Amino acid sequence: MKQYEATIGLETHVMQQTRTKMFCGCLRVYGADANTHVCPVCVGYPGAMPVLNRKAIELCCKAGMLLGCSINRLSRWDRKNYFYPDMAKNYQITQADDPLCLGGKLEVEVDGVTKVFDIERIHQEENAAKNIHAAGASLVDYNRAGTALMEIVSTPCMHSAEDALAYMTAIKQIMQYGGISACDQEKGEMRSDVNISVRPVGQSELGAKVEIKNMNSFAFIKEAIEYEVDRQISVLEQGGTIDQETRGYDAERGETFVQRSKEDAHDYRYFPEPDLLPLTLTEEEMEAWRSELPELPAQRRARYVEELGLPAYDAAVLTADKATSDWFEAVLPYSSKAKPISNFMMGEMQRLLTEKEITIEACKMMPEALAKLVDLIDQGVISNSAGKQVFEILFDEGGTPESIIEAKGLAQVSDDCALEQWADTAIAENPKPVEEYKAGNPASINFLMGQVMKASRGKANPGAVMQLLKQKLDG
Amino acid sequence: MESEKHTMDVGYVAKLAAIELTDQEKELFQSQLDQVLSYVEQLNEVNLGEVEVRNESAASHDQLRSDDEGISLSHEVIMANAPSASSGCVRVPKIIDQ
Amino acid sequence: MSDLKSMTIGALKAALQEGEASAQEVVEQLLTVVEEDAGRVGAFLSLDKDSVREQASVCDEVRGAGNDKKLLGIPISIKDLINVKGDPCTCSSHILEGYVAPYDATVIRKLREAGAILFGRVNMDEFAMGSSTENAALGVTSNPWRLDHVPGGSSGGSAAAVSADHTIASLGSDTGGSIRQPAAFCGCVGLKPTYGRVSRYGLTAFASSLDQIGPITKNVWDAALLLEVISGEDERDATSLREPVPSYTKALEQTTSLEGVTLGLPREYFVEGMDPEVEEAVRNAVEQCRALGAEIVDVSLPHAKYAISVYYIIATAEASANLARFDGIRYGMRVDGADPAALYAKTRASGLGDEVKRRIILGTYVLSSGYYDAYYKKAQRVQQCIRNDFESVFKECDALIAPVTPTPAYRKGEKTDDPLKMYLDDILTTSVNLAGNCALSLPCGFSSDGLPIGLQLIGNHLDEENILSIAHLYEQHTDWHKRKPEFLS
Repeated sequence: MKQYEATIGLETHVMQQTRTKMFCGCLRVYGADANTHVCPVCVGYPGAMPVLNRKAIELCCKAGMLLGCSINRLSRWDRKNYFYPDMAKNYQITQADDPLCLGGKLEVEVDGVTKVFDIERIHQEENAAKNIHAAGASLVDYNRAGTALMEIVSTPCMHSAEDALAYMTAIKQIMQYGGISACDQEKGEMRSDVNISVRPVGQSELGAKVEIKNMNSFAFIKEAIEYEVDRQISVLEQGGTIDQETRGYDAERGETFVQRSKEDAHDYRYFPEPDLLPLTLTEEEMEAWRSELPELPAQRRARYVEELGLPAYDAAVLTADKATSDWFEAVLPYSSKAKPISNFMMGEMQRLLTEKEITIEACKMMPEALAKLVDLIDQGVISNSAGKQVFEILFDEGGTPESIIEAKGLAQVSDDCALEQWADTAIAENPKPVEEYKAGNPASINFLMGQVMKASRGKANPGAVMQLLKQKLDG
Repeated sequence: MESEKHTMDVGYVAKLAAIELTDQEKELFQSQLDQVLSYVEQLNEVNLGEVEVRNESAASHDQLRSDDEGISLSHEVIMANAPSASSGCVRVPKIIDQ
Repeated sequence: MSDLKSMTIGALKAALQEGEASAQEVVEQLLTVVEEDAGRVGAFLSLDKDSVREQASVCDEVRGAGNDKKLLGIPISIKDLINVKGDPCTCSSHILEGYVAPYDATVIRKLREAGAILFGRVNMDEFAMGSSTENAALGVTSNPWRLDHVPGGSSGGSAAAVSADHTIASLGSDTGGSIRQPAAFCGCVGLKPTYGRVSRYGLTAFASSLDQIGPITKNVWDAALLLEVISGEDERDATSLREPVPSYTKALEQTTSLEGVTLGLPREYFVEGMDPEVEEAVRNAVEQCRALGAEIVDVSLPHAKYAISVYYIIATAEASANLARFDGIRYGMRVDGADPAALYAKTRASGLGDEVKRRIILGTYVLSSGYYDAYYKKAQRVQQCIRNDFESVFKECDALIAPVTPTPAYRKGEKTDDPLKMYLDDILTTSVNLAGNCALSLPCGFSSDGLPIGLQLIGNHLDEENILSIAHLYEQHTDWHKRKPEFLS
């Protein structure tokens, strides 16, 4: 039986987090009442003209820089013509031959193997309006019309659903780190068109390409790719041929279906947008943008391991999400105890975030409070278990660890007099373990230890108790 | 000029342009536009060897707009202009094919 | 009361400043003649009397309070494709029935700021596609000099209203000659500014890379003043030019001779089939300029003969996209359909006129897959040749002097069945749009039938001062512009 190889390319649309739209001053607002952020430009009224949003250009170029693209000093604008109710002008302003960013690459780890995926280009364009399907009609809301949208186009360089997922995850991380987009898929801020073809291993030319359009869920993209690759292979195995076509993915049935055949392909009639002059960028502005680029997740991971001495696992977990990583970064100036902080963030913090279904920005704890908490545990002021209690209170209510410890009476007792008294009582009342310990069974001291802790209602400092007991029994 | 040679599929192009034509219009436009296309064939005689289209001007960065809020239209204006509206939206026939 | 309606802006300004007349008196005279016209000239598509009277009364109050502005109390009529907040903007098309503009075009904002009275909306060819104002869905406009003749187009209403003294001045738009040709046909002054000199924001686009708004007036000084008001960089039009706007009126007042001025006479502009009376009038004007001190040189614009082809490819291509928004969804008329595609096709079939459909189809075709290189791309390169031609002639001369049209105005209906014949009439005007230069048309004679003949002065980029000055000096030494159509007497 022949072996087949899948080839996958992605066109990923990312909505940039500008304040206003791409070509007009209407606010970019998600979830507002329909048609309340609209103007002659974004609704395509007669005589209205587009003007480029400087911030969108900056974000698109920064995305390119973060993905290793070269930035075109001179880029151009084109019209892509097609009639559709979500496209107010019945053409989309986009970039055809001279996009802002060209060529780039993305290094990603897939199942423990480092792979490099090539990026062909990133171009700037505008979003469409939202169609709402109602009974017997469709309704159009133009609030989203004309918002800034970039398209990141990969080369056909991936070969599995895992590759595609790793690629998209990395893109999403970088967009978030770069402050380019929140990439909130539920809000449609990151959507991908997936191009899939299959060929017998060893064949040099690619198979016919099927495009699955406009998907925002990573899980569905993975399912769709897996389904489509299997489908194409089985068609070929049965001696059939693959038609170049556009398919959709039906998540409920878990299969793809034909949307548009090659014959019905659009003739987009691209031509230069006469309302916008070609855009020239200067070295100075590009240099300024470059200097503002943030540290990327990969660089952060390396720093966490090399400079903070964290295990690679911790570094990966902490950097997976920019908000978490930024929070961790905010603790660092107050503490050098990276590992205990990391433990709290990976453990208690994650648990509470999941349990309470909030994002880290919504948690009330200040980063310096966590630093202090770790210090207090380290100094033996409170026990580890008390530390967890304090953490939860900080998480819910904020405040300082000291005030919580005091209010809740959680401080450990290290006071010699009190400890002496508890230790003496424990030794006097439990001759048997004392005897066993002296006979050479060191574990027996734990029983005495437990008695002291019980007497102190958990507040005795275990280290100090142990030291005292040993001193008394060995002495 | 040999006008026979230059012909477009008016029906197909009109469809691309989203204009319904009657057969009569198709026929009339066909002959009129073929004449025009035949006339513009004159461009083939121009020697374009060295000619490249130059950018007369290019926008510099400071001609872009800053990311500041501008004046939007009121919801009522959009609705009043729409030939059909409901639920605060512009109403169109049901969209079937994506 | 003196005859205010036939005054130029300059004369009316003086009368208003001296208190010899009020804005309210001016508009009353104009409203009366427009009403009495009863469609004979038929320049207006709409004229809101209440609004006009209200504006005039405000102007008189402002003046009464001791203020003056460049156009305070001057009625200006607007071609019906420029958006004015709260008004319909029909573009002479059924497809925009019901549309009410929610915003002011930049030129309208500037006119308001200068104190002008917006005096009605004037007729045009549908979406500015035409050269006779016969492709107009909502009314017929006649040439005031001979009512059975066309006023030219597409700004036919703008020129006819000025020529018939139905307004003081007007704004038109020029994509391939649509200001200069009707100005020539109606005996007015019409100026197409350098591309980008005047903001296009709010001008319903026909061909965005060629369109410019400009004045149509009774004399050169008026055109200079109106241009001064409407020009300038606009943050809403990314193609508007940033160069400061000079005082055009000052420039022309300072010119007293053409000594040291070199005028180029492009040999390609005296085309085969040109009306001998037109040629004679233009050649006489050339001699007059020589007598005023100008040096006349023969020049060549070798690619001028390709201008029509290039123009009808580039302009229709852009139009095919620009007019795609007229689809019955967000504004204007709608013919319902089972699905959106049917709705578009039916709405556009019923809402657009034949010439507009023809041009959209042609433009769609030249951009379509497989034809783009052969038509659009090639046209762009020949357009570059046309630009290069102008660039090189402007190295040796200050302005070009030429006819505007091969013939004077013709009878209505004469060319409506033959689009190509109609297109070829634009032969002497389209090059200027393709090259982005400025040009104006001013009266230089009359045919034996009593129809006006226009003289075209073409200037280099942003050289409006120069062509206005030359035109002004010529005008000072002739009286063509002082003649009035017979039917007015």
